[in-house]
Amino acid sequence: MAILDVKDIRKSFGSTEVLKGISFSLEKGQVVSVIGSSGSGKTTLLRCLNFLEVPDGGSIAVNGETIFDAADPATQRESEIRRKRLHFGLVFQSFNLFPQYTALQNVTLAGQLLAKEDPNFKSKKKELYAQIDDRARQLLVQMGLSDRMDNYPHQLSGGQQQRVAIARALALQPDILCFDEPTSALDPELTQEVLRVIRGLAERQTTMIIVTHEMAFARDVSTQVIFMDGGVVVEQGDPRQVIDAPAQERTRRFLEGYKQS
Amino acid sequence: MELILQQMPVVLKALNVGFLQTLKLFFVTGLGAIPLGLVIAFGSMSRFKPLSWLTRLIVWIVRGTPLMIQLLIIFYFPGMVLGKNIWGSGEAGRFLASAIAFIFNYACYFSEIYRGGIQSVPVGQQEAGLVLGMTKAQIFFKVTLLQVIKRIVPPMSNEIITLVKDTALARIIALQEIIWAGQAFLKGSHGIAGAIWPLFFTAVYYLVFNGIVTVLLGRLEKRLDYFR
Repeated sequence: MAILDVKDIRKSFGSTEVLKGISFSLEKGQVVSVIGSSGSGKTTLLRCLNFLEVPDGGSIAVNGETIFDAADPATQRESEIRRKRLHFGLVFQSFNLFPQYTALQNVTLAGQLLAKEDPNFKSKKKELYAQIDDRARQLLVQMGLSDRMDNYPHQLSGGQQQRVAIARALALQPDILCFDEPTSALDPELTQEVLRVIRGLAERQTTMIIVTHEMAFARDVSTQVIFMDGGVVVEQGDPRQVIDAPAQERTRRFLEGYKQS
Repeated sequence: MELILQQMPVVLKALNVGFLQTLKLFFVTGLGAIPLGLVIAFGSMSRFKPLSWLTRLIVWIVRGTPLMIQLLIIFYFPGMVLGKNIWGSGEAGRFLASAIAFIFNYACYFSEIYRGGIQSVPVGQQEAGLVLGMTKAQIFFKVTLLQVIKRIVPPMSNEIITLVKDTALARIIALQEIIWAGQAFLKGSHGIAGAIWPLFFTAVYYLVFNGIVTVLLGRLEKRLDYFR
């Protein structure tokens, strides 16, 4: 069974239709890269999956459970959205770390707040917090930040900040981790260090959706590539096929632009 | 000079009494206007348009007219319309009217500073909180608030220092604050008349107190310096 099943997602802002019916599915442990020019709707798609935007049409199912269906208001209750969001993690282009917290605190904060909802929170507080702290430290070590845990975001490079953001998203153990152009705000050197970390996650069978402009990376790391243009999926399939031998003229033109630069 | 030294103890005693009233008005205004300003800020940012328009209209009127006029209106208008003084008699009544006028006036100024501070926190902070499963309240208190405070401390410091000096305006409805106490020696008070130096000397009180306020707010600003 697919871990994620997205069907016919539509979204308009005013009179502009940004997503014109996007469908795809994803198996556990797979990596999907979404490529396409700016304004093709890639980011909006990720925002819909994370409930930062409410789609106008379509449905989203995770592990067979329909968590959103535009036709069924019962799936859109505000009170449940918060819980459903936790199926997904999102890493932003601009990191969005909380500046007043250290790297470690950035990773533990949400977990600590969620732990408060545990019915046995009062009696198990120490234990729960210790677990959260352990996991956060492990993740930061995994991200190569063992000596940066007590630094504040402004004391970190962009690449380090983005790795903290990845650890923060992983801390809540999402089923699917989404990346919204995770390296677009970084210089080439820092880009490589972040891509290395994402590659490591792919090797550990982390289910991911990556919106990216790094074509070589997308080809290497993905099990599936989706090329979007004008709010529709133009082409999707095996990364080597889509990127090296695109079937569609539109895809070919888009990739030409990359080869030239 | 000798005369001044002779008059000094009497004058200082009277000025201290006046300054106590100044301080009282300052602290009461601060304690009232700082939270009320937040309420007004949320009103002006409300997505319910009539509320936001009404709030902005009130803020525009309050910020666009002299506080002195507002003091006069708040103090005298109820009496003219209702035919009775709702503020109570004597100094206590004048203080109550002054406090209401000051709190309302300053809350409107503060609200604009808060609004600017809240809106200057990048929307990404809120979104990062949301995707991590936080509630709106958790995001406000755990993520946004401290960033807002950091941003508003410098402009708030300005307003608070202005407030220290603005309390003198309450003299227009005869609140016996320090300027009133100093001026009294001109006309004659405590057996001293025709002395203008006590009025000038009140400036020292303001200067010293504002010095303390500046240092304290500077420390707060420094304490928030650990993040950007």
